[in-house]
Amino acid sequence: MIRVEHLVKVFDDVTVLEDISCTFEKGKTNLIIGRSGSGKTVLLKCIVGLFEPSDGEIFYRDQSFSKLDFTSKKEIRKKIGMLFQGAALFDSATVEQNVMFPLDMFTEMSHEEKRERANYCLEKVNVVNANHLFPSEISGGMKKRVGLARAIALNPEYLFCDEPNSGLDPQTSILIDQLIKEITEEFQTTTIVNTHDMNSVMGIGEKIVFIHNGRKAWEGNKQDILFSDNKLLNEFIFANQMARELRKARTR
Amino acid sequence: MLKMFYHFGSYFLLLGKVFSRPEKWKIYYRQFLYELNNIGISSLGIVVIISVFMGSVITLQTAYNTESPLLPKYLIGLGCRDSMILEFSSTMVALILAGKVGSNIASELGTMRITEQIDALEIMGINSASYLILPKIVSALFFHPFLTIISILSGIFGGWISVVITRVISVPDFLYGVQYAFNPFFVTYALIKTLFFAFIIITVSSYQGYTVKGGALEVGRASTRAVVYSSINILLFNVILTQLILS
Repeated sequence: MIRVEHLVKVFDDVTVLEDISCTFEKGKTNLIIGRSGSGKTVLLKCIVGLFEPSDGEIFYRDQSFSKLDFTSKKEIRKKIGMLFQGAALFDSATVEQNVMFPLDMFTEMSHEEKRERANYCLEKVNVVNANHLFPSEISGGMKKRVGLARAIALNPEYLFCDEPNSGLDPQTSILIDQLIKEITEEFQTTTIVNTHDMNSVMGIGEKIVFIHNGRKAWEGNKQDILFSDNKLLNEFIFANQMARELRKARTR
Repeated sequence: MLKMFYHFGSYFLLLGKVFSRPEKWKIYYRQFLYELNNIGISSLGIVVIISVFMGSVITLQTAYNTESPLLPKYLIGLGCRDSMILEFSSTMVALILAGKVGSNIASELGTMRITEQIDALEIMGINSASYLILPKIVSALFFHPFLTIISILSGIFGGWISVVITRVISVPDFLYGVQYAFNPFFVTYALIKTLFFAFIIITVSSYQGYTVKGGALEVGRASTRAVVYSSINILLFNVILTQLILS
C-alpha cells in the first residue's frame, strides 16, 4: 500500500501539485487521471522518488520515503517496477538483455536462470521470437510490452505505469491494460497507472484519483465515476462520446 | 556569473555521485570493456591518421624554416620528436578526441536522459551517474595514455615518410635527430597531461549530457557545449600543467 499525505510540489515559483492526499491499495489497479498538464506525471514521479516533494510525505507501507536513508530508499526502489511513457528501453541492449538487466544487477542467478526468467516475463506479455531484436527494431506496442516485462522481472511489490496506452492502437491498448490487471492480481502488486484514456478508466479502474490543476478533485472507482456530480470530473469524462453514451445506457 | 558557479557546483556534485561504490563490480567491469572499445579502440584509427599527417607537416615546416647552414640538419628530426611528445600527441590529440568522444558521450547520455532511460536506472535503485560515467572515466584513463604513445610513434613515422618522399634531409640525419638528446621526462610529462585531458573530456561531456533537459534540440546543444567546454578546459589545463611540471 502507498499513502500520499498533503503532497506539494513547486518548481521555481510554479506550484504543480497542491495538498494531494490519497491511498493506493495493494492488489488493485489504482488510476491517476486528469487532463494533460494537470500534474499526473509529476505526482507519479514524486511517488517513485524521481522528484523530491516540496512538502508532504509519501509512505510505502508505513515507512516515510523522504525520511529514509539512501540504503533504505534503494531497498524500496528494488521493489519498484516502472513502465515509462516511451518504454525507456536501453537502446544498446537487445529485448532479452533489457529484461535481464535488473536480474543482472540485483540477483545472483546463473545466466541460464536469468534467461529463463526473462523469457517467462516476455511470454507473460506476449512477446515471442523477439529476444535478439533491438528496441529500434520493434513497434511501439511491443516496446511497451517489453518495458512491462522488464518492470516485472524482479517480481515487484509496486508497479507504476506512466501513460501505458499513449500512442497505441485501441486493440494494443486493451491488451496492455489487461496485462497490467493480470499482473496486479497475480502478483498482488500495488499498481498505479497514470492515464487519460477512458477505455482504461472503465476497463481497469478499481480505484481512481482525478487530478485537476495540481489538486485532487475527485476519488472513487469506475462504478462511481459515471454518476458523480463533480463538475470538473464530468467535464473531463464526458468530453468522450463513448462515456456519454455509456452513462445514458446505464441511466436507462 | 552565478550560473557559472551553479554549473561548477553541479559538476562536482555529479562527480561525487560518480565516485561512489559500484552496485556490482561484475557489471561495471563489463561496462568498462564496452567503453574501452567505444572510447579507446574506436579512436585508434583517427589518432593514427592525424598523427602521421601532423608529424609529416611538422618535419616539412621545420625543414623549410631552418635552411640556415649554421643549423645542423638533425634538428629537424629532433623538432619532430619533441613537438609530437610535448604538445601534439597530448594536447592536439586531446582536442580531437574532445570532438569525437566528447560529442558522442554528451549525445548518448543526453538521449538517455530525454528518453527516460536514466530515470529507469534510478527507479531500479541503480546509481545511474556511477553506472554510466565511471566506466567511461576508467576506460579513458586506462587507454588514452596508449593513444598518446601510439600518436607519438605515428607522428615520428609520418615525419620519416615525408623525409623519405621529399628528401628535404637525409634519412640518417632525421633518424639521428629523432634519437638525439632524448629526455624521457618529456614522455612522462605528456602522459600526465593525457590523464588530465582524458578526465576533462569524459567528465565535462558527461556532465553536459547527463544534465540535459528538454528534447532533441537540447541534446544537440549539449553536444556542442561538451566539445567547446572540454576544449577550453584542455587548453587552460595545458598551460597550468606545463608551468607546474616543466618549470
